[in-house]
Amino acid sequence: MQDIIEKALKSHNADYLELRIEETERSTLRYRGRDLEEISQTTGLGGCVRAAVNGGWGFVSFNDLSQLQDRVAMAIRQARLVGSTHTNLAEVKPTISISETQFKADPRLTTLQEKKRILDQYLELLWTEPKTQSAVLAYSDSYRKVHYGNNVGTYISSHRSDVNFRAVSIAREGGEVQQAGISMGSLGDFTLMENLYDEVAALPKKALEFLKAPPVKGGEYPVVLDPILAGVFIHEAFGHLSEADHVYENLNLQEIMTLGRRFGGKHLNVVDGAAIPNLRGSYEYDDEGVPATRTDLIREGLLVGRLHSRETAAKMGETPTGNARAINYRFPPIVRMTNTIIEPGEATFDDLISDIKLGVYCGNWYGGMTSMEQFTFSAGEAHMIRNGRIAELVRPVLLSGNVFVTLENLDAIGNDLDINQGGGCGKGGQSPLAVSNGSPHIRLKRCLVGGG
Amino acid sequence: MEAQEILEKARKGCDQAEVIHIRGQSTPVIFEANRLKSIEEREYSEVGLRVLKNDRFGLSSSTRTSDTLGLVERSLASAAYGPISSMEFPSQQIYPEVSVYDANTPAIALEEMISIGERLIEQMRVSWPDVQWDCRVSRSTSNFQIINSRGCSASYDNSSFSISIEGSLVRGEDMLFVQDFETGCRPILNTSSIKSSLDRQLTWAQNLVAAPVGEIPVIFTPMGLAGVMLGPLLAGFNGKAVLQGSSPLVGKLGERLLDPRITIWDDPTLPYVPGSRACDDEGIPSRRLALVHEGIIQNFLYDLQTAGQAGTQSTGSASRAPGTLPSPSFSVVIVQPGMTSMSDIIKDQEQALIVDTVLGAGQGNVLGGDFSANVLLGYHVSHGEVIGRVKDTVITGNSYRALQNIRAIGSDSRWLGGTLSAPTICTGGVTVSSQQ
Repeated sequence: MQDIIEKALKSHNADYLELRIEETERSTLRYRGRDLEEISQTTGLGGCVRAAVNGGWGFVSFNDLSQLQDRVAMAIRQARLVGSTHTNLAEVKPTISISETQFKADPRLTTLQEKKRILDQYLELLWTEPKTQSAVLAYSDSYRKVHYGNNVGTYISSHRSDVNFRAVSIAREGGEVQQAGISMGSLGDFTLMENLYDEVAALPKKALEFLKAPPVKGGEYPVVLDPILAGVFIHEAFGHLSEADHVYENLNLQEIMTLGRRFGGKHLNVVDGAAIPNLRGSYEYDDEGVPATRTDLIREGLLVGRLHSRETAAKMGETPTGNARAINYRFPPIVRMTNTIIEPGEATFDDLISDIKLGVYCGNWYGGMTSMEQFTFSAGEAHMIRNGRIAELVRPVLLSGNVFVTLENLDAIGNDLDINQGGGCGKGGQSPLAVSNGSPHIRLKRCLVGGG
Repeated sequence: MEAQEILEKARKGCDQAEVIHIRGQSTPVIFEANRLKSIEEREYSEVGLRVLKNDRFGLSSSTRTSDTLGLVERSLASAAYGPISSMEFPSQQIYPEVSVYDANTPAIALEEMISIGERLIEQMRVSWPDVQWDCRVSRSTSNFQIINSRGCSASYDNSSFSISIEGSLVRGEDMLFVQDFETGCRPILNTSSIKSSLDRQLTWAQNLVAAPVGEIPVIFTPMGLAGVMLGPLLAGFNGKAVLQGSSPLVGKLGERLLDPRITIWDDPTLPYVPGSRACDDEGIPSRRLALVHEGIIQNFLYDLQTAGQAGTQSTGSASRAPGTLPSPSFSVVIVQPGMTSMSDIIKDQEQALIVDTVLGAGQGNVLGGDFSANVLLGYHVSHGEVIGRVKDTVITGNSYRALQNIRAIGSDSRWLGGTLSAPTICTGGVTVSSQQ
């Protein structure tokens, strides 16, 4: 493959040129209700060329690999049509790297039949309550072998493997429908799937409890987030704003995202990095051949770094961080998060809730979104906090806020770091991307809670 | 990899087989921060093989052009323990004439697409010099082909052209985002409706004002309606949700659950609408289907498998990627417009909230029709006039309840992305909360 890529990139005239060829394998099993709804194994082969000329970009993706020279020529033609200034990319040393990563328990080594046997057990656990209306059980593993080469002499061959699992129980009474779910994932480690009995078995009861639970009255409350939801919170509320592609062409945004600006209290430390090992967002090189790093984003409450591609780093005069990622060969790499973490503090869970008279304790998650300034994220379950204690269960809630205010309101950080490896991240039409996020329990002095 | 060749190889090892082949290319021209940034061309081709063996489904797909044997093997292997079938593949069918291809679309030169984007951005900059614009002008073509071992064979071409634009205005820590888009099978050379939509958003958003709170009338623009209410509502019409009992509409066919002014169609036969097609993804002919007629629930959407399970007929609503089994899905949703102009709707309100775009809808418990969302772009109406933009505001409600509480339906239907046409709708029964 190295020869094929080198040959295709040779003797073309562009400021920058890269070629990615990917081989993929994917298994999917999904149940709805009591039945298996989907079982499939797919394979893929495809590639893409990205070229830069005079600051303009061309990108061509394809499944037919027979005319690589022509594809390269087309990407250069496109870039030439666009370019009118000069190409500015951060320097990265040429690298030759052929990685034969062994995954801890490669899911491809487990047969589809065995995967089905394991999932059948979980399906049974979703049907232990007579009032359960329906259930969803979804498993997928996807493997991606990436061959990457560029015109400065880098060739990288690497493997990615991602395991994803979701279980949902749905309860219904009259016209009311409620659901309880879990979402998990791993970096190519099938052992994840081996012992989820307790987590899955708890779901049907929870969904029934949600039916009986009252909704929260909408408004502002002190809110305590469990580590899973706090991870989603930092991803949405701050992580996306630290992606430099939002900032590098916008002078007004650069002003409010000046390094050294205060975002939170001295206790707040946030990092992102694919070099943090063995998580879903971990890798050795990003999709433009830059080595993975671990980037401090907030240190003692101050903005100290952001996530870069080679282009955003060069334009902002900062160092590339290895965060340019593409979900597959059909897309060019864009700046993405990897593993985003709020570092633990010292508070115990009791410290966090003991002086809250009336508040909401939120855990688990459905999802989250951001528009930079405003963000939302939704809890999979919630309890009221009354007089310093966890009180009655309420319906799942949507939390909403403004990043500049909310991080200031983050006034206490627990000591119990946990990592959320479920779900995936979407941006620029590229979804779902394997990421992880983590945090200890955290407290927000005030947060807007959508009532029911 | 020829579909016919795969079908012949597969049928030797199974009872029935079906091959779909989807291929195409799309070419977006992308502008970032007011400037031309890149041109992309994405070409793709993927084959999916679905088999029936001993009444079980097997499925596999591939983008590898030389992998016929692997495709057949994997598909047959998964049929050993695949889902149990309640259907047969269709035999030969007669299809309606549905035009969704215009040869002018792929013929548009890149230079012309560049100048469409440049002109639009230039016009917007003249009116709104502080706003920064990202824009995408895109053309694409695709071909869908299906054949099965029972004699069904269909193929159609589709072309589409789209323009989307987003403006951002950052003032201190205050950020404003406006957006609009238009999609059609034919080239879009006139961008005046995009411009007037953006002008309206920016004009209404000029002042920042406090939000009206409590249970007040909420005016959903077509974009707001699509973003907040239609998803949770339409999910209940999916035959799969009905079969599982997770739809609140189970057993409600023929009942009036919504305001009598609400009529909704799913119509894949409309010419030159990108979501239209002559047949669905199982080769069943397309037809116009009433979902809600004057507030009364009319039909659910079924593909062959869910129809078999429900003891009814497919509604021609199968949707799938080559690597997934079909499931029922909407093609082109038409919410019938009303009689009231947008300006009259506004004039009639004492205190109201206009919702244009939202953040986070569809994250919560959508199955029961509930919605909850942050209002990303919304405006306060006071004494019959729009007085400015609101922020830090959340709306909460239930689509079914809100659509029983209709106050007015606009005459201003518009297309949203080639698969949905909707008017402005003013409803009660929605709660607005806001950070004070």
